[in-house]
Amino acid sequence: MADLEQFRAETRSWLEANCPPEMREPVETDKDVYWGGRNATFKNDAQKAWFEACRDKGYTVPMWPKEYGGAGLSAPEAKVLREEMARINARPPLSSFGIWMLGPALLHFGTEGQKQRFLNEIARGEIRWCQGYSEPGSGSDLVSMQTYGEDKGDHWIVNGQKIWTSYADEADWIFCLVRTDKDNKYQGITFMLFDMAGDGVSTKPIKLISGNSPFCETFMDDVKVPKSYGEDVPAYVGEINRGWDVAKYLLGHEREMISATGGVDRASSLGAVTSRQGELDPVLRSEMALFDVDALAFTAMSEKFLDEVKIGKGHPAQPNMLKYAGTEMNKRRHELLMAAGGSRTLEWESEETENGKPARSWLRTKANSIEGGTSEIMLNVISKRILELPGA
Amino acid sequence: MPLYYDDDQAMLADSASDFMREEGAIAKQLRHWRDRDCKDGFGHGLWEQFGEMGFTGILLPEEDGGLGMGQVEANIVLEEIGANLTPSPFLSSSVLAATALKHGSDDTRGRWLPDLVAGKNVYAVAIDEGPKHRPERIACKAEKSGNGFKLTGKKDFVVYGASAEMIVVAARTSGSDSDTDGITLFAVPQDADGMSHDSVRLVDSSMASHITFDGVDLDGDAVIGEVDGGREILNAMLRAGRVGAAAEGVGVARGAMDMTVDYLKQRKQFGTLIGTFQALQHRAAHLYSEVEIARAVVLKAAQLVDGESEKAELMTSVAKAKVAKAAGLAVREGVQMHGGIGMTDEYDIGLYMKRERALQEFLGDMYYHAGRVAELSGY
Repeated sequence: MADLEQFRAETRSWLEANCPPEMREPVETDKDVYWGGRNATFKNDAQKAWFEACRDKGYTVPMWPKEYGGAGLSAPEAKVLREEMARINARPPLSSFGIWMLGPALLHFGTEGQKQRFLNEIARGEIRWCQGYSEPGSGSDLVSMQTYGEDKGDHWIVNGQKIWTSYADEADWIFCLVRTDKDNKYQGITFMLFDMAGDGVSTKPIKLISGNSPFCETFMDDVKVPKSYGEDVPAYVGEINRGWDVAKYLLGHEREMISATGGVDRASSLGAVTSRQGELDPVLRSEMALFDVDALAFTAMSEKFLDEVKIGKGHPAQPNMLKYAGTEMNKRRHELLMAAGGSRTLEWESEETENGKPARSWLRTKANSIEGGTSEIMLNVISKRILELPGA
Repeated sequence: MPLYYDDDQAMLADSASDFMREEGAIAKQLRHWRDRDCKDGFGHGLWEQFGEMGFTGILLPEEDGGLGMGQVEANIVLEEIGANLTPSPFLSSSVLAATALKHGSDDTRGRWLPDLVAGKNVYAVAIDEGPKHRPERIACKAEKSGNGFKLTGKKDFVVYGASAEMIVVAARTSGSDSDTDGITLFAVPQDADGMSHDSVRLVDSSMASHITFDGVDLDGDAVIGEVDGGREILNAMLRAGRVGAAAEGVGVARGAMDMTVDYLKQRKQFGTLIGTFQALQHRAAHLYSEVEIARAVVLKAAQLVDGESEKAELMTSVAKAKVAKAAGLAVREGVQMHGGIGMTDEYDIGLYMKRERALQEFLGDMYYHAGRVAELSGY
């Protein structure tokens, strides 16, 4: 305990010295988020300085081992760091699907060579990754995916199309589910890693109802993927044809992430925030109060879940519940924000709304309960794995 | 503090669960006393067993013969009471009245606590005046009279009031009805002249009194804490009682949900188990999610109460309101998914619905506490 307090004091003074004031402002636009990668640019010097300080300290991925670019923090230390960063509203120094998704998969399934290379690249923000899972014909029924890698001895020739690849147009590499055995549904998929700069890969942004394009279609047309990138660095995670195990593991992580971030604005009560902007209709005020009850209760649930994960307690399917409840709540939150804001929130292009931020955010949240497994799929999983209902 | 039980709490949960399943079961307690039209509404034998287990003094310090534990531990017992629908004066006596008595003088504690700890005495609390919980407004009056006080007024929803050897009464000693200050708590003995009970059986088979105080003479030593200084003690009682009622509600929700999920795995229609129908699966899964969230926030609130955190007030109301939502859903879905058999007295699911209704009303329902969340959040 004393060590932890010591660590807190050190962390506090390190943050004081290294986190520029600009990096303690709330994230307003996409440009405020630093994603790294080959073509990354910094919005300003403060963003660069903050990123580099964290990178050198291992704080882009605090819990990863030091040899892979992390800081090797224990879970309690990482919690202290999170708390201290939250205390000064420090922005995340680096955001990436490498940190959230590929990293955890490699830590669990990767070879030493893969960890040395890819984890360090991720931690240092050198390579930006995107995820190739869904296909036009394979949404909730992901395992029906068809993108095919033909075995050519030392390489595969990959053909097919992925959809909902987040920021694929800005990504450097892709981790991609590719069918390598057409006769074996679950045990015929390989979790491949390849460079998107190679021949045959093209991307096309998808314009959403929010007007934004965070997702792409990604086309693979005779893409040559070598089976190995050097000694102990295979181009696939886990085993060939066993990529579904990795994908399932990762989906668990994704659901945790979505439920942890997509849930609630922990700092403030929705009713308090909206009532400051104008008087709430009495019935709307009641709705806000009932929402705040649910939101605050959900915050306790998230905290309980994270505490239990640390000691290996809790049902392994629990993230599905958090994902379901958290995303449904976030949709409700934005419905209430629209209602409280009135006609102002309808503005699509105005300075006052920073080009329709309320409306675009409201529309964006409708995807929360679709991406990473729909609410209906989450309920299926709860029925089957937790309640053990028949035939689920 | 992490949001799970430590080793001691886990052990307590195990023994409370075993004990309540054995001794506090529906057939052995709730139905047994109800079907005999018992005027107490609970079994004194079980209350003595609570004493032997130490539950009666769970919140009391060791020097008063208690276990010196906290709200989290009291809640562990309450969740099991809820899951088994065990009729018990535990919440009124060992949580609410005990929280008040902790603030009493040596004499007051010496007079009332040993018999509570032993499971001999039952105590009640008289807070509400009217059919809704509005503790902000207290009109029941205690006027100075000689060396003591004269108590006049009415109280409602005094749970197990007619069986109680002593009732903790919140009365006004100065100011007007809606003032925060000017409240004093009194320990009123069962045999006080001028106190009359109208004891009524409630929907859940528990008993509650409408009490009339018609100039009841009280000694000065009936005062718990300071004259005019009762509001803070009352607030402490309400926090403990509300978080406790929420914990019991989680138990009710769990009991109803477990029964219902089991039924989905047994009942066949159209030649197949009804649990295979996705329409029911999704509703059951949604219910599970609500109950888990309610359980988490009750534990959080209990820890905050134990830590005397400034957030305890807010989270107590969040917990009470969330449990009302989740447990209400559990019993409604429970009866509906059981179909016709769920409407029969013979089947237990309806008993859960009745208990949830009474518990939801006790110390403030969902609407009251959601409104309080809004007020405490500044809107």
